[in-house]
Amino acid sequence: MATVEVTFTPLPAHVRTARLVATAVARRSGVDEALLDEVRLAVGEACSRAVEAHRRHCPAEPVKIEMTDQGERFVVVVSDQAPTNPARTAGTNGHGISPGEPAATTALVQGADDAGIPAGFGLAVISGLADDVRVSSTSSGVSVRMSWPSATPTA
Amino acid sequence: MDLKLGHYNKDGIEVVDVEGEIDVYTAPRLRELLIDLVNKNNYQLVVNMEKVEFLDSTGLGVLVGGLKRVRAHDGSLDLVCTQERILKIFRITGLTKVFGIHSTVDEAIAAKKSEK
Repeated sequence: MATVEVTFTPLPAHVRTARLVATAVARRSGVDEALLDEVRLAVGEACSRAVEAHRRHCPAEPVKIEMTDQGERFVVVVSDQAPTNPARTAGTNGHGISPGEPAATTALVQGADDAGIPAGFGLAVISGLADDVRVSSTSSGVSVRMSWPSATPTA
Repeated sequence: MDLKLGHYNKDGIEVVDVEGEIDVYTAPRLRELLIDLVNKNNYQLVVNMEKVEFLDSTGLGVLVGGLKRVRAHDGSLDLVCTQERILKIFRITGLTKVFGIHSTVDEAIAAKKSEK
């Protein structure tokens, strides 16, 4: 069972709430203060991606976040229920955009317009932030699993 | 906190002050402001991010979109940012090579003038 589980209507306004909850649970789970910004950004990126996927494919379905204190690791899983599309997961398996590489910059500069940024860029940011990221696609949606080192607080 | 936007002209350069969080929810407002400024023939922009508390890839996309718009008019969009946590996102994405990033608004303006 997750330590804290949150589901929210797929609206951009709720992504901030998700970030705040994830940061609070990470702090409580003993994630180092220096890493909390990374947790906040990575969870925000994962939720933004999921919200965008739901708005396109299933706006009535909620986005789910599970946060679990596993002792030595703080694990966050953000799951969507949108039909899998390979383009949405580009950049997560070495075949798409990788963080910090010129290709990422080129793709962003060429792709950014009024419609936003290329698919996969948010995931590229996540993989640049969390040292452990796994993206799994099933017929029922995409899960982004991220983890950071933690230590159970003594107090 | 929410996003606060302001802008003023200094020495012919439009300075955009951004305060708060730029994310998937608030970024459209920044995009609208940048588009509006460009539509009003402001092609030399400085975005002051010293009071930005959070920036995600959506915000990056808006900044890059603004950069592309001003470049289409031979303009430029520079940033003012000294916050390590914000700069880190630009480094991760390689965007430090795309934007001119300065420590102060005056420094950004001076850099733009020297380019002219």
